[in-house]
Amino acid sequence: MLSIQNLHKQFGNLVVLDGIDLNVDKGKVVVVIGPSGSGKTTLLRCLNVLETPTKGNISIQKAHLNFGGKVAKKDIQTLRKQTGMVFQTYNLFPHMTALENVIEGPVTVQKVNKEKAKEKGIQLLQKVGLGDKVDFYPHQLSGGQQQRVGIARALAIDPEVMLFDEPTSALDPELVGEVLRVMKELANEGMTMVVVTHEMSFAKEVADEVLFMDKGQVVERGHPEEIFTHPKQERTRQFLNLISE
Amino acid sequence: MYLLNNVLYSAVFDADRYTDIAQSSFLPLVKGALFYSIPMTLISFVIGIMLAITTALFRISGIKLLSGIARVYISIIRGTPLLVQLFIIFFGLPSIGIKIDPFPAAIIGFSLNTGAYASEIIRAAILSIPKGQWEASQSIGMSYGQSLRRVILPQATRVSIPPLSNSFISLVKDTSLASTILVAEMFRKAQEIVANTYEPLLLYVEAALIYWIICFILSLVQDQIENKLNRYVS
Ligand SMILES: Nc1ncnc2c1ncn2[C@@H]1O[C@H](COP(=O)(O)OP(=O)(O)OP(=O)(O)O)[C@@H](O)[C@H]1O
Ligand SMILES: [Mg+2]
Repeated sequence: MLSIQNLHKQFGNLVVLDGIDLNVDKGKVVVVIGPSGSGKTTLLRCLNVLETPTKGNISIQKAHLNFGGKVAKKDIQTLRKQTGMVFQTYNLFPHMTALENVIEGPVTVQKVNKEKAKEKGIQLLQKVGLGDKVDFYPHQLSGGQQQRVGIARALAIDPEVMLFDEPTSALDPELVGEVLRVMKELANEGMTMVVVTHEMSFAKEVADEVLFMDKGQVVERGHPEEIFTHPKQERTRQFLNLISE
Repeated sequence: MYLLNNVLYSAVFDADRYTDIAQSSFLPLVKGALFYSIPMTLISFVIGIMLAITTALFRISGIKLLSGIARVYISIIRGTPLLVQLFIIFFGLPSIGIKIDPFPAAIIGFSLNTGAYASEIIRAAILSIPKGQWEASQSIGMSYGQSLRRVILPQATRVSIPPLSNSFISLVKDTSLASTILVAEMFRKAQEIVANTYEPLLLYVEAALIYWIICFILSLVQDQIENKLNRYVS
Protein backbone atom coordinates (compact mmCIF):
# COMPACT_ATOMS: atom_id res chain seq x y z
CA MET A 1 0.00 0.00 0.00
CA LEU A 2 2.39 2.71 1.25
CA SER A 3 6.01 1.80 1.05
CA ILE A 4 9.09 3.89 1.72
CA GLN A 5 12.60 2.62 1.15
CA ASN A 6 15.84 4.18 2.28
CA LEU A 7 14.47 7.70 2.37
CA HIS A 8 17.02 10.46 2.90
CA LYS A 9 16.54 14.17 3.24
CA GLN A 10 19.21 16.79 3.70
CA PHE A 11 18.90 20.54 4.10
CA GLY A 12 22.32 21.68 2.99
CA ASN A 13 24.65 19.76 5.26
CA LEU A 14 21.99 18.98 7.84
CA VAL A 15 20.84 15.37 7.56
CA VAL A 16 17.20 15.32 8.66
CA LEU A 17 16.09 11.91 7.39
CA ASP A 18 18.75 9.25 7.43
CA GLY A 19 17.46 6.15 5.69
CA ILE A 20 13.83 5.65 6.65
CA ASP A 21 12.02 2.42 5.73
CA LEU A 22 8.34 2.07 6.29
CA ASN A 23 5.55 -0.16 5.04
CA VAL A 24 1.96 0.55 5.84
CA ASP A 25 -0.70 -1.95 4.82
CA LYS A 26 -4.11 -0.86 3.70
CA GLY A 27 -6.31 0.15 6.61
CA LYS A 28 -3.47 0.34 9.11
CA VAL A 29 -2.67 3.29 11.36
CA VAL A 30 0.95 4.18 12.05
CA VAL A 31 1.75 6.71 14.75
CA VAL A 32 5.09 8.47 14.61
CA ILE A 33 6.55 9.85 17.82
CA GLY A 34 9.89 11.38 18.65
CA PRO A 35 11.62 14.45 20.07
CA SER A 36 11.45 17.87 18.48
CA GLY A 37 13.69 18.11 15.43
CA SER A 38 13.84 14.36 14.90
CA GLY A 39 12.38 14.71 11.39
CA LYS A 40 8.74 13.68 11.87
CA THR A 41 7.29 16.62 9.98
CA THR A 42 9.89 16.28 7.28
CA LEU A 43 8.95 12.62 6.81
CA LEU A 44 5.28 13.49 6.26
CA ARG A 45 6.16 16.39 3.99
CA CYS A 46 8.31 14.06 1.90
CA LEU A 47 5.37 11.70 1.53
CA ASN A 48 3.46 14.57 -0.06
CA VAL A 49 6.55 15.93 -1.85
CA LEU A 50 6.19 19.28 -0.12
CA GLU A 51 9.86 18.54 0.46
CA THR A 52 11.80 16.70 -2.20
CA PRO A 53 13.72 13.79 -0.66
CA THR A 54 17.43 13.70 -1.41
CA LYS A 55 17.20 10.02 -2.27
CA GLY A 56 15.04 6.96 -1.75
CA ASN A 57 11.78 5.47 -2.97
CA ILE A 58 8.17 6.21 -2.17
CA SER A 59 5.27 4.26 -3.58
CA ILE A 60 1.61 4.57 -2.89
CA GLN A 61 -0.75 2.51 -5.04
CA LYS A 62 -0.23 3.65 -8.62
CA ALA A 63 2.50 6.15 -7.82
CA HIS A 64 6.13 5.04 -7.66
CA LEU A 65 8.67 7.76 -7.15
CA ASN A 66 12.37 7.31 -7.20
CA PHE A 67 14.27 10.28 -5.80
CA GLY A 68 17.85 11.26 -6.43
CA GLY A 69 17.53 12.04 -10.10
CA LYS A 70 14.90 14.08 -11.82
CA VAL A 71 11.31 13.40 -10.79
CA ALA A 72 8.49 14.05 -13.23
CA LYS A 73 5.91 16.66 -12.20
CA LYS A 74 3.20 14.29 -13.31
CA ASP A 75 4.33 11.60 -10.85
CA ILE A 76 4.39 14.13 -8.04
CA GLN A 77 0.82 15.14 -8.88
CA THR A 78 -0.23 11.49 -8.92
CA LEU A 79 1.31 10.95 -5.51
CA ARG A 80 -0.29 14.08 -4.08
CA LYS A 81 -3.70 13.04 -5.29
CA GLN A 82 -3.36 9.84 -3.26
CA THR A 83 -2.31 11.50 -0.03
CA GLY A 84 -4.46 13.76 2.11
CA MET A 85 -2.47 16.11 4.29
CA VAL A 86 -3.70 17.59 7.56
CA PHE A 87 -1.54 20.43 8.84
CA GLN A 88 -0.70 21.43 12.37
CA THR A 89 -1.94 24.97 11.68
CA TYR A 90 -4.89 23.85 9.50
CA ASN A 91 -3.91 26.11 6.56
CA LEU A 92 -7.52 26.54 5.49
CA PHE A 93 -8.16 28.96 2.64
CA PRO A 94 -9.43 32.02 4.52
CA HIS A 95 -11.32 33.49 1.56
CA MET A 96 -13.46 30.39 1.13
CA THR A 97 -16.26 29.00 3.26
CA ALA A 98 -15.92 25.59 4.91
CA LEU A 99 -17.73 23.96 1.99
CA GLU A 100 -15.71 25.87 -0.61
CA ASN A 101 -12.53 24.72 1.11
CA VAL A 102 -13.69 21.12 0.93
CA ILE A 103 -14.79 21.14 -2.73
CA GLU A 104 -11.76 23.07 -3.99
CA GLY A 105 -9.71 19.93 -4.66
CA PRO A 106 -12.45 17.96 -6.39
CA VAL A 107 -13.67 20.90 -8.49
CA THR A 108 -10.40 22.59 -9.44
CA VAL A 109 -8.08 19.61 -9.62
CA GLN A 110 -10.27 16.62 -10.36
CA LYS A 111 -12.80 18.59 -12.44
CA VAL A 112 -15.75 17.03 -10.63
CA ASN A 113 -19.10 18.63 -11.40
CA LYS A 114 -19.66 21.40 -8.87
CA GLU A 115 -23.11 20.27 -7.72
CA LYS A 116 -21.90 16.73 -7.17
CA ALA A 117 -18.85 17.99 -5.32
CA LYS A 118 -21.06 20.11 -3.09
CA GLU A 119 -23.25 17.16 -2.24
CA LYS A 120 -20.25 15.11 -1.28
CA GLY A 121 -18.66 18.05 0.48
CA ILE A 122 -21.69 18.51 2.68
CA GLN A 123 -21.62 14.81 3.53
CA LEU A 124 -17.97 15.08 4.50
CA LEU A 125 -18.63 18.10 6.67
CA GLN A 126 -21.50 16.22 8.33
CA LYS A 127 -19.18 13.32 8.91
CA VAL A 128 -16.74 15.56 10.81
CA GLY A 129 -19.65 17.03 12.75
CA LEU A 130 -19.88 20.34 10.93
CA GLY A 131 -23.09 19.90 8.95
CA ASP A 132 -24.35 23.18 10.39
CA LYS A 133 -21.22 25.16 9.52
CA VAL A 134 -20.93 24.64 5.75
CA ASP A 135 -21.24 28.34 4.92
CA PHE A 136 -18.96 29.62 7.68
CA TYR A 137 -15.63 31.22 6.89
CA PRO A 138 -12.59 29.83 8.73
CA HIS A 139 -12.30 32.88 10.98
CA GLN A 140 -15.82 32.21 12.22
CA LEU A 141 -14.83 28.73 13.41
CA SER A 142 -12.97 27.52 16.50
CA GLY A 143 -9.58 25.86 16.11
CA GLY A 144 -11.08 22.40 16.54
CA GLN A 145 -13.73 23.14 13.94
CA GLN A 146 -11.15 24.51 11.53
CA GLN A 147 -9.04 21.40 11.92
CA ARG A 148 -12.07 19.22 11.20
CA VAL A 149 -12.68 21.24 8.02
CA GLY A 150 -9.01 20.57 7.25
CA ILE A 151 -9.64 16.84 7.60
CA ALA A 152 -12.74 17.04 5.40
CA ARG A 153 -10.78 18.97 2.77
CA ALA A 154 -8.08 16.30 2.72
CA LEU A 155 -10.68 13.51 2.55
CA ALA A 156 -12.46 15.18 -0.35
CA ILE A 157 -9.81 14.17 -2.86
CA ASP A 158 -10.38 10.50 -1.98
CA PRO A 159 -6.83 9.82 -0.86
CA GLU A 160 -5.45 6.34 -0.27
CA VAL A 161 -3.52 7.54 2.77
CA MET A 162 -4.20 10.34 5.23
CA LEU A 163 -1.21 12.15 6.71
CA PHE A 164 -1.60 14.05 9.98
CA ASP A 165 1.13 16.33 11.31
CA GLU A 166 0.41 17.00 14.99
CA PRO A 167 -3.19 17.85 14.14
CA THR A 168 -4.11 18.73 17.72
CA SER A 169 -1.02 20.47 19.03
CA ALA A 170 -2.19 23.97 18.09
CA LEU A 171 -5.52 23.43 19.85
CA ASP A 172 -6.76 24.43 23.28
CA PRO A 173 -6.96 21.27 25.42
CA GLU A 174 -10.76 21.22 25.47
CA LEU A 175 -10.85 21.11 21.65
CA VAL A 176 -8.43 18.22 21.23
CA GLY A 177 -11.07 15.55 21.88
CA GLU A 178 -13.38 16.49 19.03
CA VAL A 179 -10.56 16.21 16.49
CA LEU A 180 -9.24 12.92 17.88
CA ARG A 181 -12.76 11.51 17.82
CA VAL A 182 -13.02 12.21 14.08
CA MET A 183 -9.63 10.59 13.52
CA LYS A 184 -10.61 7.50 15.47
CA GLU A 185 -13.75 7.18 13.40
CA LEU A 186 -11.69 7.36 10.23
CA ALA A 187 -9.38 4.67 11.53
CA ASN A 188 -12.32 2.46 12.41
CA GLU A 189 -13.71 2.87 8.90
CA GLY A 190 -10.48 1.43 7.55
CA MET A 191 -8.64 4.56 6.43
CA THR A 192 -4.90 4.11 6.09
CA MET A 193 -3.22 6.75 8.24
CA VAL A 194 0.20 8.05 9.20
CA VAL A 195 -0.10 10.27 12.26
CA VAL A 196 2.53 12.36 13.98
CA THR A 197 1.23 13.13 17.45
CA HIS A 198 2.07 13.46 21.11
CA GLU A 199 -1.37 12.17 22.10
CA MET A 200 -0.29 8.87 23.63
CA SER A 201 -3.83 7.84 24.46
CA PHE A 202 -4.70 8.09 20.79
CA ALA A 203 -1.64 6.04 19.86
CA LYS A 204 -2.48 3.36 22.41
CA GLU A 205 -6.06 3.11 21.34
CA VAL A 206 -5.81 3.40 17.56
CA ALA A 207 -2.32 2.66 16.31
CA ASP A 208 -1.42 -0.66 14.72
CA GLU A 209 2.22 0.33 14.83
CA VAL A 210 4.20 3.00 16.65
CA LEU A 211 7.40 4.38 15.22
CA PHE A 212 9.88 6.13 17.47
CA MET A 213 12.15 8.47 15.52
CA ASP A 214 15.27 10.24 16.66
CA LYS A 215 17.88 12.16 14.67
CA GLY A 216 16.36 11.20 11.35
CA GLN A 217 16.27 7.47 12.02
CA VAL A 218 13.67 5.01 13.17
CA VAL A 219 15.02 3.92 16.52
CA GLU A 220 12.29 1.50 17.43
CA ARG A 221 9.01 0.28 16.03
CA GLY A 222 6.34 -2.07 17.17
CA HIS A 223 2.90 -2.57 18.60
CA PRO A 224 1.88 0.36 20.84
CA GLU A 225 1.55 -1.93 23.87
CA GLU A 226 5.12 -3.10 23.38
CA ILE A 227 6.64 0.33 22.74
CA PHE A 228 4.86 2.05 25.60
CA THR A 229 5.26 -0.65 28.25
CA HIS A 230 8.45 -2.48 27.27
CA PRO A 231 10.61 -0.20 25.12
CA LYS A 232 13.78 -1.99 24.11
CA GLN A 233 15.90 1.03 23.34
CA GLU A 234 17.26 3.37 25.98
CA ARG A 235 16.45 6.45 23.85
CA THR A 236 12.82 5.40 23.55
CA ARG A 237 12.61 4.92 27.30
CA GLN A 238 14.09 8.37 27.96
CA PHE A 239 11.68 10.02 25.54
CA LEU A 240 8.63 8.27 27.00
CA ASN A 241 9.67 9.25 30.52
CA LEU A 242 10.09 12.83 29.38
CA ILE A 243 6.63 13.16 27.86
CA SER A 244 4.80 11.28 30.62
CA GLU A 245 6.08 13.73 33.24
CA MET B 1 -13.95 107.14 2.86
CA TYR B 2 -13.46 107.54 -0.83
CA LEU B 3 -10.62 105.05 -0.72
CA LEU B 4 -12.68 102.49 1.17
CA ASN B 5 -15.55 102.90 -1.27
CA ASN B 6 -13.23 102.35 -4.13
CA VAL B 7 -11.84 99.17 -2.62
CA LEU B 8 -15.30 97.83 -1.89
CA TYR B 9 -16.47 98.76 -5.35
CA SER B 10 -13.61 96.98 -7.02
CA ALA B 11 -14.13 93.95 -4.81
CA VAL B 12 -17.78 93.75 -5.79
CA PHE B 13 -16.85 94.21 -9.40
CA ASP B 14 -14.26 91.45 -9.17
CA ALA B 15 -16.70 89.07 -7.54
CA ASP B 16 -19.09 89.42 -10.47
CA ARG B 17 -16.34 88.86 -12.97
CA TYR B 18 -15.09 85.91 -10.97
CA THR B 19 -18.51 84.30 -10.87
CA ASP B 20 -18.85 84.78 -14.62
CA ILE B 21 -15.53 83.21 -15.45
CA ALA B 22 -16.01 80.42 -12.94
CA GLN B 23 -19.40 79.58 -14.48
CA SER B 24 -18.30 79.75 -18.10
CA SER B 25 -15.14 77.74 -17.47
CA PHE B 26 -16.80 75.03 -15.42
CA LEU B 27 -18.24 73.10 -18.34
CA PRO B 28 -15.03 73.05 -20.42
CA LEU B 29 -13.07 71.84 -17.40
CA VAL B 30 -15.56 69.11 -16.57
CA LYS B 31 -15.54 68.06 -20.23
CA GLY B 32 -11.76 67.87 -20.12
CA ALA B 33 -12.08 65.62 -17.11
CA LEU B 34 -14.86 63.44 -18.51
CA PHE B 35 -13.48 63.03 -22.01
CA TYR B 36 -9.76 62.93 -21.28
CA SER B 37 -8.55 62.82 -17.67
CA ILE B 38 -10.89 60.07 -16.48
CA PRO B 39 -10.74 57.81 -19.56
CA MET B 40 -6.97 58.23 -19.62
CA THR B 41 -6.81 57.15 -15.98
CA LEU B 42 -9.10 54.15 -16.41
CA ILE B 43 -7.51 52.80 -19.58
CA SER B 44 -3.96 53.27 -18.29
CA PHE B 45 -4.80 51.68 -14.97
CA VAL B 46 -6.35 48.56 -16.50
CA ILE B 47 -3.42 48.07 -18.89
CA GLY B 48 -1.00 48.96 -16.11
CA ILE B 49 -2.43 46.36 -13.73
CA MET B 50 -2.20 43.59 -16.34
CA LEU B 51 1.39 44.65 -16.97
CA ALA B 52 1.99 44.73 -13.21
CA ILE B 53 0.67 41.21 -12.60
CA THR B 54 2.81 39.89 -15.44
CA THR B 55 5.86 41.71 -14.15
CA ALA B 56 5.28 40.54 -10.57
CA LEU B 57 4.95 36.91 -11.75
CA PHE B 58 8.14 37.32 -13.80
CA ARG B 59 9.95 38.57 -10.72
CA ILE B 60 8.89 35.70 -8.48
CA SER B 61 9.20 33.07 -11.22
CA GLY B 62 12.71 32.06 -10.20
CA ILE B 63 13.64 32.08 -13.89
CA LYS B 64 16.67 34.35 -14.22
CA LEU B 65 15.85 35.74 -17.65
CA LEU B 66 12.27 36.66 -16.74
CA SER B 67 13.09 38.19 -13.38
CA GLY B 68 15.96 40.07 -15.04
CA ILE B 69 13.63 41.60 -17.62
CA ALA B 70 11.22 42.60 -14.86
CA ARG B 71 13.97 44.18 -12.76
CA VAL B 72 15.33 46.28 -15.63
CA TYR B 73 11.86 47.49 -16.58
CA ILE B 74 11.01 48.48 -13.01
CA SER B 75 14.37 50.12 -12.51
CA ILE B 76 14.11 52.27 -15.65
CA ILE B 77 10.55 53.42 -14.96
CA ARG B 78 11.15 54.15 -11.30
CA GLY B 79 14.49 55.82 -11.95
CA THR B 80 13.25 58.37 -14.47
CA PRO B 81 10.66 61.17 -14.15
CA LEU B 82 7.24 60.50 -15.62
CA LEU B 83 7.40 63.84 -17.43
CA VAL B 84 10.62 62.82 -19.14
CA GLN B 85 9.08 59.46 -20.14
CA LEU B 86 6.11 61.24 -21.71
CA PHE B 87 8.42 63.60 -23.60
CA ILE B 88 10.47 60.71 -24.95
CA ILE B 89 7.36 58.88 -26.14
CA PHE B 90 5.67 61.91 -27.70
CA PHE B 91 8.47 64.25 -28.79
CA GLY B 92 11.39 61.83 -28.96
CA LEU B 93 10.12 58.76 -30.81
CA PRO B 94 9.10 60.69 -33.98
CA SER B 95 12.83 61.22 -34.67
CA ILE B 96 13.11 57.50 -35.31
CA GLY B 97 9.94 57.43 -37.31
CA ILE B 98 7.50 56.41 -34.56
CA LYS B 99 4.78 59.05 -34.45
CA ILE B 100 2.11 58.57 -31.80
CA ASP B 101 -0.90 60.85 -31.22
CA PRO B 102 -1.07 62.69 -27.90
CA PHE B 103 -3.79 60.55 -26.30
CA PRO B 104 -2.31 57.10 -27.06
CA ALA B 105 1.16 58.43 -26.23
CA ALA B 106 -0.12 59.45 -22.80
CA ILE B 107 -1.79 56.05 -22.35
CA ILE B 108 1.48 54.28 -23.13
CA GLY B 109 3.40 56.44 -20.68
CA PHE B 110 0.91 56.11 -17.84
CA SER B 111 0.44 52.35 -18.37
CA LEU B 112 4.17 51.70 -18.28
CA ASN B 113 4.43 53.80 -15.16
CA THR B 114 1.54 52.12 -13.35
CA GLY B 115 2.82 48.71 -14.43
CA ALA B 116 6.19 49.23 -12.77
CA TYR B 117 4.96 50.70 -9.49
CA ALA B 118 1.97 48.38 -9.10
CA SER B 119 4.07 45.30 -9.85
CA GLU B 120 6.07 45.91 -6.68
CA ILE B 121 2.85 46.25 -4.70
CA ILE B 122 1.49 43.02 -6.16
CA ARG B 123 4.74 41.18 -5.66
CA ALA B 124 4.87 42.21 -2.01
CA ALA B 125 1.24 41.15 -1.59
CA ILE B 126 1.90 37.71 -3.10
CA LEU B 127 4.94 37.23 -0.87
CA SER B 128 2.91 38.23 2.19
CA ILE B 129 0.60 35.22 1.82
CA PRO B 130 1.78 32.53 4.26
CA LYS B 131 3.71 29.59 2.80
CA GLY B 132 1.11 27.25 4.30
CA GLN B 133 -1.40 28.45 1.71
CA TRP B 134 0.83 27.28 -1.14
CA GLU B 135 1.40 23.99 0.65
CA ALA B 136 -2.26 23.38 1.34
CA SER B 137 -3.06 24.01 -2.34
CA GLN B 138 -0.32 21.68 -3.48
CA SER B 139 -1.35 19.03 -1.00
CA ILE B 140 -4.77 18.76 -2.66
CA GLY B 141 -3.05 18.36 -6.01
CA MET B 142 -3.12 21.87 -7.41
CA SER B 143 -0.52 22.96 -9.93
CA TYR B 144 1.45 26.20 -9.53
CA GLY B 145 -0.97 28.05 -11.78
CA GLN B 146 -4.04 26.71 -10.00
CA SER B 147 -2.63 27.61 -6.58
CA LEU B 148 -1.88 31.10 -7.81
CA ARG B 149 -5.24 31.68 -9.43
CA ARG B 150 -7.50 30.08 -6.84
CA VAL B 151 -5.69 30.63 -3.57
CA ILE B 152 -2.83 33.13 -3.65
CA LEU B 153 -4.01 35.93 -5.96
CA PRO B 154 -7.48 36.29 -4.37
CA GLN B 155 -5.82 36.81 -1.00
CA ALA B 156 -3.09 39.01 -2.44
CA THR B 157 -5.78 41.18 -4.02
CA ARG B 158 -7.21 42.03 -0.65
CA VAL B 159 -3.78 42.94 0.67
CA SER B 160 -2.97 45.11 -2.31
CA ILE B 161 -6.21 47.08 -2.60
CA PRO B 162 -5.20 49.94 -0.26
CA PRO B 163 -1.80 50.59 -1.88
CA LEU B 164 -3.24 50.10 -5.38
CA SER B 165 -5.97 52.64 -4.59
CA ASN B 166 -3.21 55.06 -3.76
CA SER B 167 -1.61 54.40 -7.13
CA PHE B 168 -4.94 54.93 -8.82
CA ILE B 169 -5.54 58.25 -7.10
CA SER B 170 -1.99 59.36 -7.91
CA LEU B 171 -2.63 58.45 -11.52
CA VAL B 172 -5.73 60.68 -11.65
CA LYS B 173 -3.55 63.60 -10.64
CA ASP B 174 -0.60 62.60 -12.81
CA THR B 175 -2.78 62.77 -15.91
CA SER B 176 -2.39 66.56 -15.64
CA LEU B 177 1.13 65.99 -16.99
CA ALA B 178 -0.44 64.96 -20.28
CA SER B 179 -1.18 68.66 -20.80
CA THR B 180 2.48 69.03 -21.73
CA ILE B 181 2.10 66.63 -24.65
CA LEU B 182 -0.96 68.38 -25.97
CA VAL B 183 -3.73 66.16 -24.62
CA ALA B 184 -6.83 68.33 -24.20
CA GLU B 185 -7.42 67.14 -20.64
CA MET B 186 -8.71 69.25 -17.80
CA PHE B 187 -5.53 71.00 -16.79
CA ARG B 188 -4.69 71.99 -20.35
CA LYS B 189 -8.21 73.40 -20.67
CA ALA B 190 -7.58 75.45 -17.55
CA GLN B 191 -4.33 76.78 -19.00
CA GLU B 192 -6.08 77.79 -22.22
CA ILE B 193 -8.76 79.69 -20.33
CA VAL B 194 -6.11 81.41 -18.23
CA ALA B 195 -4.44 82.58 -21.43
CA ASN B 196 -7.67 84.37 -22.39
CA THR B 197 -8.86 85.63 -19.02
CA TYR B 198 -5.63 86.21 -17.05
CA GLU B 199 -7.19 84.68 -13.97
CA PRO B 200 -4.68 81.95 -13.01
CA LEU B 201 -5.70 81.75 -9.37
CA LEU B 202 -9.36 81.23 -10.12
CA LEU B 203 -8.87 78.68 -12.89
CA TYR B 204 -6.20 76.63 -11.21
CA VAL B 205 -8.10 76.51 -7.94
CA GLU B 206 -11.18 75.45 -9.88
CA ALA B 207 -9.21 72.67 -11.58
CA ALA B 208 -7.77 71.63 -8.22
CA LEU B 209 -11.28 71.41 -6.77
CA ILE B 210 -12.46 69.16 -9.57
CA TYR B 211 -9.43 66.85 -9.10
CA TRP B 212 -10.18 66.81 -5.41
CA ILE B 213 -13.83 65.89 -5.92
CA ILE B 214 -12.86 63.04 -8.27
CA CYS B 215 -10.33 61.71 -5.78
CA PHE B 216 -12.80 62.05 -2.93
CA ILE B 217 -15.37 59.96 -4.80
CA LEU B 218 -12.67 57.39 -5.58
CA SER B 219 -11.72 57.07 -1.93
CA LEU B 220 -15.37 56.34 -1.13
CA VAL B 221 -15.35 53.60 -3.77
CA GLN B 222 -12.13 52.26 -2.24
CA ASP B 223 -13.81 52.00 1.17
CA GLN B 224 -16.66 50.05 -0.39
CA ILE B 225 -14.32 47.58 -2.07
CA GLU B 226 -12.27 47.12 1.08
CA ASN B 227 -15.36 46.43 3.15
CA LYS B 228 -16.48 43.85 0.67
CA LEU B 229 -13.13 42.08 0.51
CA ASN B 230 -12.69 42.16 4.26
CA ARG B 231 -15.72 40.03 4.92
CA TYR B 232 -13.62 36.92 5.42
CA VAL B 233 -11.13 38.32 7.90
CA SER B 234 -12.14 38.90 11.47
N1 LIG C 1 13.14 23.97 5.21
C1 LIG C 1 14.12 23.65 6.08
N2 LIG C 1 15.37 24.13 5.92
C2 LIG C 1 16.36 23.81 6.78
N3 LIG C 1 16.20 23.00 7.84
C3 LIG C 1 14.98 22.49 8.05
C4 LIG C 1 13.88 22.78 7.20
N4 LIG C 1 12.78 22.14 7.66
C5 LIG C 1 13.18 21.47 8.75
N5 LIG C 1 14.50 21.66 8.99
C6 LIG C 1 15.27 21.07 10.08
O1 LIG C 1 15.08 19.70 10.03
C7 LIG C 1 15.06 19.15 11.33
C8 LIG C 1 13.82 18.28 11.51
O2 LIG C 1 12.68 19.10 11.45
P1 LIG C 1 11.21 18.53 11.56
O3 LIG C 1 10.30 19.69 11.45
O4 LIG C 1 11.02 17.44 10.59
O5 LIG C 1 11.21 17.96 13.03
P2 LIG C 1 9.97 17.41 13.87
O6 LIG C 1 10.35 16.05 14.29
O7 LIG C 1 8.72 17.56 13.12
O8 LIG C 1 10.01 18.37 15.13
P3 LIG C 1 8.77 18.98 15.97
O9 LIG C 1 8.38 17.91 16.95
O10 LIG C 1 9.39 20.16 16.66
O11 LIG C 1 7.72 19.35 15.03
C9 LIG C 1 15.13 20.31 12.28
O12 LIG C 1 16.44 20.41 12.75
C10 LIG C 1 14.78 21.49 11.44
O13 LIG C 1 15.43 22.64 11.90
MG1 LIG D 1 6.96 18.75 13.38
